[in-house]
Amino acid sequence: MASDFNALKYLDKLTVLFYALLVVFGCMNIYSASITPDQASIFDVSCHSGMQIVWVVFSIIVAIVILFFDDNFFNQFAPILYGAMILILIATIFLSRDINGSRSWLSFGSFSIQPAEFAKFVTALALARYVGRQGFWIHTLSDYAKAVAIIILPMLIIVFQKETGTALVFASFVLLLYREGMTGLVPLLGFLAVFVFVVTVRLADDFLFGIAGTPAGIGYSLITVFFIQIVFLLHFRRDAFNALILSGVFLFVVVVSVLINLFLVQFNIVYVLLAINFASAIYLLVLSFFRWQRTYWLIALFVVLSTGYVFSSGYIFESILQPHQQKRIKVNLGMVDDPKGIGYNTRQAAIAIGSGRLFGKGYLNGTQTRLKYVPEQHTDFIFCTVGEEWGFVGCFFLITVYTLLMWRIIVMAERAESHFVRAYAYGVLGIFAFHFFVNIGMVIGIVPVIGIPLPFISYGGSSFLGFTCMLAVLLKLDTKREERLKGKLDTFLN
Amino acid sequence: MKSDENKNRNIVILSLLVLMAVGFLIRIAVMQFSGIYVDIAEGNAFYHRIIYAPRGAIKDRNGKLLVYNQKSYDLLVTMKVLDELASKGTPIDTDGLCAMLGETRSQIERRFANVKNYGHNPGYSPLTPQRFMTQLSPEEYARVSENIRKFRGFAIQSRTLRNYNYPSAAHILGSIGEVNQQQLEEDNFYHLGDYIGVTGIEYSYEKDLRGVNGEEILLRDARGRIQGRYRNGVEDKQAIPGKNLISTLDIDLQMFAEKLLDGKRGSVVAIEPSTGEVLALVSNPSWNPEFLVGRKRGVYYPILINEKTRPLLNRAIQGRYSPGSTFKLLQALVCQQEGGITADTRFPCNGPSSSPIKCTHHHGSPVTLLNAIEQSCNPYFWLAYKATIEKGCYVNHRFSHEIFHNNYNRWRDAMMSFGLGFAFSDSDIPGLKDGAIGSERTYNKIYGPKGWRALTIRSNSIGQGEVEVTPIQLANAVACIANSGWFITPHINRNDSMLTRRHQSNVDSRYFAIVQEGMWRVCHFGTGRHYQVPGIEMCGKTGTVQNSHGDDHSIFVGYAPYDDPKIAIAVVVENAGFGATWANPIASLCIERYLTGACSRQELYDNIASTVKDPNVKQFDDYINSLQ
Repeated sequence: MASDFNALKYLDKLTVLFYALLVVFGCMNIYSASITPDQASIFDVSCHSGMQIVWVVFSIIVAIVILFFDDNFFNQFAPILYGAMILILIATIFLSRDINGSRSWLSFGSFSIQPAEFAKFVTALALARYVGRQGFWIHTLSDYAKAVAIIILPMLIIVFQKETGTALVFASFVLLLYREGMTGLVPLLGFLAVFVFVVTVRLADDFLFGIAGTPAGIGYSLITVFFIQIVFLLHFRRDAFNALILSGVFLFVVVVSVLINLFLVQFNIVYVLLAINFASAIYLLVLSFFRWQRTYWLIALFVVLSTGYVFSSGYIFESILQPHQQKRIKVNLGMVDDPKGIGYNTRQAAIAIGSGRLFGKGYLNGTQTRLKYVPEQHTDFIFCTVGEEWGFVGCFFLITVYTLLMWRIIVMAERAESHFVRAYAYGVLGIFAFHFFVNIGMVIGIVPVIGIPLPFISYGGSSFLGFTCMLAVLLKLDTKREERLKGKLDTFLN
Repeated sequence: MKSDENKNRNIVILSLLVLMAVGFLIRIAVMQFSGIYVDIAEGNAFYHRIIYAPRGAIKDRNGKLLVYNQKSYDLLVTMKVLDELASKGTPIDTDGLCAMLGETRSQIERRFANVKNYGHNPGYSPLTPQRFMTQLSPEEYARVSENIRKFRGFAIQSRTLRNYNYPSAAHILGSIGEVNQQQLEEDNFYHLGDYIGVTGIEYSYEKDLRGVNGEEILLRDARGRIQGRYRNGVEDKQAIPGKNLISTLDIDLQMFAEKLLDGKRGSVVAIEPSTGEVLALVSNPSWNPEFLVGRKRGVYYPILINEKTRPLLNRAIQGRYSPGSTFKLLQALVCQQEGGITADTRFPCNGPSSSPIKCTHHHGSPVTLLNAIEQSCNPYFWLAYKATIEKGCYVNHRFSHEIFHNNYNRWRDAMMSFGLGFAFSDSDIPGLKDGAIGSERTYNKIYGPKGWRALTIRSNSIGQGEVEVTPIQLANAVACIANSGWFITPHINRNDSMLTRRHQSNVDSRYFAIVQEGMWRVCHFGTGRHYQVPGIEMCGKTGTVQNSHGDDHSIFVGYAPYDDPKIAIAVVVENAGFGATWANPIASLCIERYLTGACSRQELYDNIASTVKDPNVKQFDDYINSLQ
């Protein structure tokens, strides 16, 4: 039992402090956001705040139990947990009742949980275990593919549960892979994909260089792809000569096309850009053949695939995304104004936060909160309550504590002695960071409305328990190193 | 663990996280410090309900209540509630609404259109209750309050309306009406559908009478439902009731005079000389002030505005008449002051064969000033006028126009010092019209600078020609004579003594005694001898004024008692004939009524009150009173 006591003793105190601050602040805000006239107190279990407190107490008990587990339990049982989770996720699709199209809730009487919330945690463990095992080499295609498969499998099942928001969270494991050596090109290309998508959709109805018939979105995206190819050429091959030739030809052709358009006949310049991109890809292929360099070939592949993606993103938007998703994106991109419909939440959220000013309206005094102007305010839009009642000071406090918590996770990750712990810590960090970014970004109107909670603050038992477990396991794994250090010190002193 | 070539990636990740946090804080700061959302939030969540301040009452000089408040009910509608009901497939029962309000479907639809029309209703918001129908009648109120529960989104709001104890003094009390667009824009005190004083005392003392509206701040939830009071009403503001106004009117005298003018077009203005307080301000035809309250206003106002006898014209302050012989009193004063005559000056009178102005009376010749007033001798005042404005004009046997113009201006200024010419600029009576005394410029324009002399403008000497007065100016001039040379601007608010508005005439007080004596003699031996007030020494002057509209106007001015004037009065009866026949007895009865509180000549009173001089007025009175 000695080591069990040590677990409590060697806990990272700052992490526990930040966690406690967030939980208390969260419960207070849930109380404010969900208070009803006949509610006896914050602890009234028939209301949201009381129910949340019950979950908090339960989660802390679970967390303490986790601290008493054996050090190696999580590493060893990760695959089994993962397998079980996949089965439960699949079973949920068939067992769950349909709640607004979503099939993600498992009910036990009056009590229900959302397995997807725990899937993040278990996937983080499983991925960390795989990445942390001896001989894992991320640059090996098979290892890399298996790691990605571990992420994709639960993600797909959750998509089938119609919980797109939760599924998107799994993208945050990119952070783990990045830290474990995955090339930075992957997140960069991911970012680029989003950028191209936004530009293509946002500017679909504008005209490039004012030329009628040439959609600006696709035009700018193709130009972007071309110049990234030039950057790659300079960065990976230091081939300034060919970069210069390609750029010169590109500029010449584009300028001539624009002039022809302005003074002679009008035609769609997108086809000219398309032709240039493919021509440069062929040129690079030729180079790769003559110079026997794989990089040229890869860059050419990038150009071809990117160009294809640019053309298909419009199609993806129109055909694959559902109308309500299209509308959310359009509202968020400012393409349509819809203050009564989809834009209602975002607008009311902005009003609530914006009216808070520096010190807020005071706890329990937020008019927008109390009068229920923002729907779902105790869950996904809880940050509105913070903004309105606590003002900028409250927002600063929350964001700062959150950032400090994430900093502690990085500290714990970096001082870990095993790959497993480090990878797991970055998995947890990615999940927290993603929730934090998407939730607050959504509330303040810079990210499309995606319904995921703000960890430790939003109302919701399953997610609270899930996040607490993640953090508790990380704290437990971290104590192992502390114990070891202490042991070394004892040895040294003796 | 093997060496870690990606060690520095934690810095990249931490930097990105910090960057994200900073980005969020910047965005939040922009939202919270720009301030644009604060008003929107308040507009969303706060419903400011106005608590109407009760409007001040109006009393007469003896404390009798003239105008007070009466509860009235408006029907309000919240459009958002109706829209929600409609979107749920349970729109309101329009037929039931029609039945409840007793209106047709198209009338109801027009009301909805008006509520939603920003041009018509600039304060429109679908979230707040809007006035749908104002001033429900007692029957409507009973029907609506019984059935309103069936119509979600509708509510009743109570307000106060004006009520009148006496069917009298409509012109001077004035009325209140809904604010117009311009008033809404100029003064943010008002909201659409609020009432504002439009005429009379209601207009002059709007700011005192209206009080200060209070405000209740209620909380409204996202679905437009009221969820209680903001901070338990700590920030609510109580209404401050309007001040009561004690007017200078004597309602008994006012009603008495109104009765005497029945069936006639004309006016009576009575003033207390020592204070300038208006005791009565009567203009006939008139109407019961209740007719312009609330929704009745919509029925009666068009009738009043289109009536050919022009009841809306307040003849007492807006009617312009030649003063006729009553002007001779002022001539007597000004001519003495300017040295044209003295108390002993005598002029010859050839009776009806006098030239250039005939005398309408028969009396001895030559006449003294006293006799001339008593006998209303036209030639005397023509000669006195000529002597005054052409005094010293012959220099070396040549006529000096410069001296003449100068004399004329002095004469005119002296006349205007009695309050003639321009309307009083410092009175609280709204709507006063200017009178006129022909100016040098006017005559220069007509005749050329050297083209006119006393003879040219001789009509002025006997109060015709370019001399025009309003009855209130005439009454005030008489008050000034009664005071031997000063007056306080006529006013209607008894709370304000207006002592700072004391005006001195240009005529020295020593010249007044003979005019006052002359007025006394008029009422004892002259044209006014038939209607003496028993037991009261009354002074006066009759006037019979030629005009282009028909029979002569009958005018009388006077004051009483002779030695301690308590009331100065001017009476004008349009197209009634001799001043001595109509205006004189009316003035006499009014003076008696005011000074003794009684009417000892009941037969005379009945006779005058029942005489119809203008059948149109009688017809109008009968018609408008039959509408009730």
